[in-house]
Amino acid sequence: MTGLSTTKAGITTPDYGLGHTLRLGASRVAYETRVYFRQTDTLFFTFLFPVIMLTIFSVAFQGMGNVGADPDGSGGISQAAAYLPGMIAAGILLSGVQNLGVDIATERSDGTLKRLGGTPLPVLSYFFGKMGQVFVTSVLQIGLLLLVARFAFGVTLPADGASWMTFAWVYVLGIATSAVLGIAISRLPRSGKSATAVIIPPVLILQFISGVYLQFSLLPDWLQNVAGLFPLKWIGQGMRAVFLPESFAAVEPGGVWNLGSVAVALLIWLVAGLVICRLTFRWIRKDS
Amino acid sequence: MTTAEPAVSVSDLTKTYGAFTALKGVTFEIEHGETFALLGPNGAGKSTTIEILEGYRDRSGGEARVLGVDPQHGGLSWKARLGIVLQSSGESGNVTVREQLTQFARLYPNPRSVDETITAVGLEQKANVRIKNLSGGQRRRVDVALGVIGRPELLFLDEPTTGFDPEARRQFWGLIRDLKKEGTTILLTTHYLDEAAQLSDRAAVVAGGQLVAIGPVGTLGSTEARVPIVRWSENGSVREQRTLDPGRTVAELFDRLGEPAGLEVVRPSLEDIYLDLVGAYEKKQQEEVLA
Repeated sequence: MTGLSTTKAGITTPDYGLGHTLRLGASRVAYETRVYFRQTDTLFFTFLFPVIMLTIFSVAFQGMGNVGADPDGSGGISQAAAYLPGMIAAGILLSGVQNLGVDIATERSDGTLKRLGGTPLPVLSYFFGKMGQVFVTSVLQIGLLLLVARFAFGVTLPADGASWMTFAWVYVLGIATSAVLGIAISRLPRSGKSATAVIIPPVLILQFISGVYLQFSLLPDWLQNVAGLFPLKWIGQGMRAVFLPESFAAVEPGGVWNLGSVAVALLIWLVAGLVICRLTFRWIRKDS
Repeated sequence: MTTAEPAVSVSDLTKTYGAFTALKGVTFEIEHGETFALLGPNGAGKSTTIEILEGYRDRSGGEARVLGVDPQHGGLSWKARLGIVLQSSGESGNVTVREQLTQFARLYPNPRSVDETITAVGLEQKANVRIKNLSGGQRRRVDVALGVIGRPELLFLDEPTTGFDPEARRQFWGLIRDLKKEGTTILLTTHYLDEAAQLSDRAAVVAGGQLVAIGPVGTLGSTEARVPIVRWSENGSVREQRTLDPGRTVAELFDRLGEPAGLEVVRPSLEDIYLDLVGAYEKKQQEEVLA
């Protein structure tokens, strides 16, 4: 045996710089998105859920007349229009926290992460792939919600650029925070089987206390304050500012949309989520 | 040989989990290009050893070097030189064989062709089938394919052929021989002793966290354990004799009996020797407990 035959000629020193990490991340986005749409359970409980809930609530409460109508029944907005901002906020939460929380916990328990941890895949590329998947699927989800609201229920969407600018930053901040928190929360379930049982209940409770299914202004102050500790309330508030008429600001806390607080609250959660991910994410539980 | 350091070197490796000692001072080296089999009963410490070398577990004591690097601190460029086939895999498998291999090939600087790899593991007919719809043995072949797609210098195979039918196992042996020809260093654990005998240059037997034997497969075990057996029928009963000179014994038999009925010359298989070694170790343990 000659020493040379064992080392392969032509192996170039691979580049593990940022460019490589991003390129791999981009290829993971395509891969992760493809896998997402092949899972019928996530398709139903995450992707289509807000559309289904919007449809149910809009149809069920149609008979109650418009929201915010004058005493004579004129004016106000339809039930569908009133529910739309909350459903968009719920979609953002589901696509990030619920989707990634369950997905990554399952991957940790079924050996996917262990296998990836033995390859030269940078952790950042993996995160990039997951966040890209969240972004792509949630854009499609919200697009579908807007189409259904507009064409099935005749909701009038904002026509001015300023509203859509607000929508853009609330959305980007919201979905980034939600995705990062999904990665962070995936540490909690001890097994893939328990993942949905651990993650779905808190996500569901948050939806009830954050103005998704129940009108936020009708909740008692203390419950509003509890909800204010979590990001969903702020995403919902931002979306109401975009989609509801200006007059509806009157029932918000302080009588204004308070977009500054929306930005601050979401940024705090985003940074906290990033720190938790950085500190707690491991490919495997070492020495378990 | 060059003076280059071995592909794998382990000295006095120990691993404890709380009060339990999984490895008690294991020492061995694997040369570049060598195929080395780690044999032993379940719970003997095979997987613990291999997972320490793969970087999945931290050792409690001793030294370990894998391709010149301490596996506890192996970076991405180190991982790019390894191929790992884990003992179990249970991914949901919502991707096809080809999609999965294409994705993994991207991770390595100098990967093999996806189609060639699919052919090498005999999954041409299943290339476009989702992994979750494959049989257990077919999924195992996907694991092997994912382990070799990156053209590793060092390949870890932890019980790679579990669930294979005999034909698939033969095909797998062919693949391993091809990898050997390319110069790949291989560390194999297996419960199939014929597999170890077929593939490995050297083998080590682990029992109770210790190496009880190490050496070329043909020299493993005590000299007595490897003494051939001549077996024949005489007067209606089977006779056998252990002898270092089976040829002479057969010639004497021929002189005495003419053509002996049911003549066999048997060399104890690796399996016989292995069972001897493990049995001897367990007996010694029991004696120590009683003493």
